[in-house]
Amino acid sequence: MQTFLSHSLFFGVVISLIGYEIGLFLKKRFKKSYLNPLLISIVFVIGCLLLLDVPYDNYYEGAKYISYLLTPATVCLAVSLYEQLELLKAHKKAIILGIGSGVLASLLSVFLFALLFHLSHEEYVTLLPKSITTAIGMVISEELGGISNITVAVIIMTGVLGNMIAEGVCKVFHIEEPIAKGLAIGTAAHAIGTTKAMELGEVEGAMSSLSIAVAGLLTVILAPLFAHLI
Amino acid sequence: MKYIKQFGIILGISFIGELCKNVIPIAIPASIYGLVLMLLILKLGILKLEQVKETANFLIEIMPIMFIPAAVGLLESWGILKGIWFPMIVTTVITTIIVIAVTGRITQFIIRSRKKGTHADIS
Repeated sequence: MQTFLSHSLFFGVVISLIGYEIGLFLKKRFKKSYLNPLLISIVFVIGCLLLLDVPYDNYYEGAKYISYLLTPATVCLAVSLYEQLELLKAHKKAIILGIGSGVLASLLSVFLFALLFHLSHEEYVTLLPKSITTAIGMVISEELGGISNITVAVIIMTGVLGNMIAEGVCKVFHIEEPIAKGLAIGTAAHAIGTTKAMELGEVEGAMSSLSIAVAGLLTVILAPLFAHLI
Repeated sequence: MKYIKQFGIILGISFIGELCKNVIPIAIPASIYGLVLMLLILKLGILKLEQVKETANFLIEIMPIMFIPAAVGLLESWGILKGIWFPMIVTTVITTIIVIAVTGRITQFIIRSRKKGTHADIS
């Protein structure tokens, strides 16, 4: 059985989907914001793999076909952006300043924590691109002398965390404007956060999608300036 | 037939994004080139929204599950994270909250001060 599961092409996808459905069900049933479907599915899949003794690489052999769709899905975020193009034009200034200050806040706060924890240059630049989309973040980390594997792990953790806490944080800080919410989520937690923003509404989703691209590009420009600080 | 064409267009744009990434030597992923290209051709009217809409909405809806495999991969990263997990988790949690708060508050401040501004103009 264990060898069969390890070599099944569909097992990985099926447990991922079941995990997500369980997450959706629990969230609907108990209406608690900490019951995050993405987190629940991750925990569920990890549990299944450990319990059934299936190695991650074998799981990934099947599950990679879901990840394959990530690029086309990101491309499709342009559709929601296109539908909000008028709103985007009307609030150009707020959007640019909002994302810009978010990117600076991200770089600056990572710098301050690096000082606090006496991180080495390598550890510091590994964390520097933590809020942006994986594909850009890992290249920045590599170029600045970081460890890109750890950067990828931190970026995913940031995304899942952002997905979980975004709604609550917006509430605590009285962020009520849909545009502001969307930009905040996308700038802090890239595409994984954006899936949350999509749930909140069309404007939130579009603004979060926009932030993935803009925050990513701004970080490409600004991260090297911060890298020299430690 | 509709879905084949829609999926074909989306994958075609992804492919062009991949091509751009290969030709242009900067750290921009295929998906971002594709997103900008898709927005551009929609804006220019080369592509009609109806030609991709249903498939695009489907892909966006199932997007969360596409992150599960990579996130489960954190299991494998434990070995390299072991030494620095504490500063890393603290930094991740707090900076994420800071970025949400700063981006959201500043954007909201600008939007609302402009709204007040236009009210003042009218009155």
